Amino acid sequence: MTDFINALIVLANFILVPALTYGSQLALGALGVTLVYGVLRFSNFAHGEMMAFGTMITIFGTWGLQALGVSIAPLPTALLALPLGIGGAVALSLILDKTVYKYHRQRKASPVIFLIVSIGLMFFIGGLVRFIIGPGDQIFFDGTRFIFSARDFKRATGLDEGLALKMTQAVTIITAILVVAAMFWFLNKTRTGKSMRAFSDNENLALLSGINPDRVVMITWILVGALATIAGTLYGLDKSFKPFSFMQLLLPIFAAAIVGGVGNPLGAIAGGYVIAFSEIAVTFAYKKVVTYLGPDGFQPDSLVQLLGTDYKIAVSFLILVIVLIVRPTGIFSGKTL
Amino acid sequence: MNQTFFNQYRTPILYSVMALLLVIVGVGQGWSVSLTILNLCLISAIMSLGVNMQWGYAGLFNVGVMGFAALGGLAAVLVSMPPVEEARAAGGQGVLVGLLILIATIFVSIVAWKQFGAKSKKTGYWMLFIIIAAGYALMRLFFLPSVEAIEAVNPSVTGYLGGLGLPIILSWPVGMVFAAGAAYVIGKVALGLRSDYLAIATLGISEIVLYFIKNEEWLTRGVKNVNGLPRPVPYEVDLQQATWFQQFAADWGMEVAEASSIFVKVCYAGLFIVVIAILMYLSETALKSPWGRMMRAIRDNEVAAAAMGKDVVKRHLTIFVIGSAVIGLAGAMLTTLDGQFTPVGYQPLRFTFLIWVMVIIGGSGNNWGAVLGGFFIWFFWIEAEPIGLWLVDNLTSFMDPTHWLRLHLMDSAAHMRLMTVGIVLLIALRYAPEGLIPERTARKH
Repeated sequence: MTDFINALIVLANFILVPALTYGSQLALGALGVTLVYGVLRFSNFAHGEMMAFGTMITIFGTWGLQALGVSIAPLPTALLALPLGIGGAVALSLILDKTVYKYHRQRKASPVIFLIVSIGLMFFIGGLVRFIIGPGDQIFFDGTRFIFSARDFKRATGLDEGLALKMTQAVTIITAILVVAAMFWFLNKTRTGKSMRAFSDNENLALLSGINPDRVVMITWILVGALATIAGTLYGLDKSFKPFSFMQLLLPIFAAAIVGGVGNPLGAIAGGYVIAFSEIAVTFAYKKVVTYLGPDGFQPDSLVQLLGTDYKIAVSFLILVIVLIVRPTGIFSGKTL
Repeated sequence: MNQTFFNQYRTPILYSVMALLLVIVGVGQGWSVSLTILNLCLISAIMSLGVNMQWGYAGLFNVGVMGFAALGGLAAVLVSMPPVEEARAAGGQGVLVGLLILIATIFVSIVAWKQFGAKSKKTGYWMLFIIIAAGYALMRLFFLPSVEAIEAVNPSVTGYLGGLGLPIILSWPVGMVFAAGAAYVIGKVALGLRSDYLAIATLGISEIVLYFIKNEEWLTRGVKNVNGLPRPVPYEVDLQQATWFQQFAADWGMEVAEASSIFVKVCYAGLFIVVIAILMYLSETALKSPWGRMMRAIRDNEVAAAAMGKDVVKRHLTIFVIGSAVIGLAGAMLTTLDGQFTPVGYQPLRFTFLIWVMVIIGGSGNNWGAVLGGFFIWFFWIEAEPIGLWLVDNLTSFMDPTHWLRLHLMDSAAHMRLMTVGIVLLIALRYAPEGLIPERTARKH
């Protein structure tokens, strides 16, 4: 029996908690991609770099607060600087919309042109971020590292295996829940949110009923900027901030959005967790679990790993391909924003 | 009058300007530099021809150019490098068995799907799941020990299976086949769905190809690189010792060392020009043929073309595969020219988006435009770094040489490339979506 519980603890410690954390980050990212798709009707390749930009501003804010001696320990100071980052990302999004996207929108360009434009912006923002903060690693986490560490857990329960919960993990999961709840409240209960959904559902009908398209677009960019910054900051707190890594996040985020059904917020969240869980479960080495669950004295020779950790990205791609073949409209097809 | 004259002779004028630029570099920085740029311009032009087929003829957006080019490079290694006999003895059989199991698994799954999937999807999926899981486990059983054995053979020099030891020119068609195969799989999955799915799927495949090449050391040596690929042209050292060449250099009044380096580059340029000429002939003929008109009709109005009985998805698949094959060819040629295979060198900016800028600036839908775009953009890509550094240096010259802002700017000048490519793309899409040499259609002329 203890063996069984130990095996479960290993799984919880190395799969459940990290996947919940990573899944929350992906879900928030995919939510941003899906909003742009639902309202503006294109796949926004610049989203990853927007995440990096918002995080960068948050980092500057964090440094400023740290220099002033402000701290909200045990929570990371970055949470306090988050509004600044959101402001920066929203401002940049709105400026770019005015200067770049608006022109193509007025000409009713095809979605693929928007896609190329967003790639152009991806490089522009990426260059901007690397130019300002440099391509290196930035660690901006402070506050308490663990809520409870593996050793505390072992001492409290007397088990062989420990379960640790990092502060960043708890912060990520709780923030994600709050943000998603706020998002759904906004989309379903407020007048503005309803007008956005109407616009996404049927543009012409929405225009006829007097919805101001410019306002809808503006609010979308505000939401997208905020989501991108929150997702990026949470990811940066959890891992570390490196401009390069946000480009790598693009594929899992798109996969998450498509798995759930592009344009569907609920799907984006579900997709984020599907991708995160599969990615971590497939590349996890099950040696310890098998040792616990197998007969006494049995120990597998290999790591019992389905796929090397180097191929993480292949997992999200594989899921993407399977969804495209089996059900191209995503799990929650038929429902949009 | 000037305007019409320029419009009428747009193509020859722009190509002359390009030639003039290369001559200026030749005089200013030396002919060897100029020829190096020319060779890479030619390869870039072939890549942008491939992208132009996909985007210009058919409106397909391929974000994975890098992956197809890398497959071409891999072909160059696998065809030309001498085989490593020791590694073959150590693990060749195991790898072979593993590959056979992989093929058998795919075959069995297809048969099983046809048998069971037609009746009930649920049983079909379960069957597939079981077959693939079993095949995968069986494959790894043979594969992993052999891979370890292969990588253990003299890891600092070889540690991989090596190639077939054939002439490297043969790798060019092989590169086409590799890229075409990958494109077929991706196209089958993503074509016929929404247009951005193809973009996302190609982004994914190119990342995975790169991860594969970097990690499967038994096949590619991964990040340890493969150096010293055989050449299709003579080596400088051999030339310098040949009496006929010494005589030749003396006739032209050049140093033997310099003459040999230029001679080699001219040989490469000759080979590349032959390839590009064949490709140009084929693509121009294809574009003018009924097939080309059909492709453009599909691009301009898919619904109407489908109503006329054209199989849009199949035609898209054809052109996607052909375009990717051309990119694979260019990838193999590039690795041939470099003489080495460096997986880390494949960056999306340089291998995907720069090519996109070439096509869009040059003129999507027009082969001459795409080739010209390849030349122009590569030229400025190479010359941008000295220009950028010079600019930053001059703009900040009033500052103290150790001022943090000046140092920061000097350090980050490299990232300006990223921004510049982005801005150029945005400006081109907005102000000159037709490019330098616009597509010729019946309506406009």
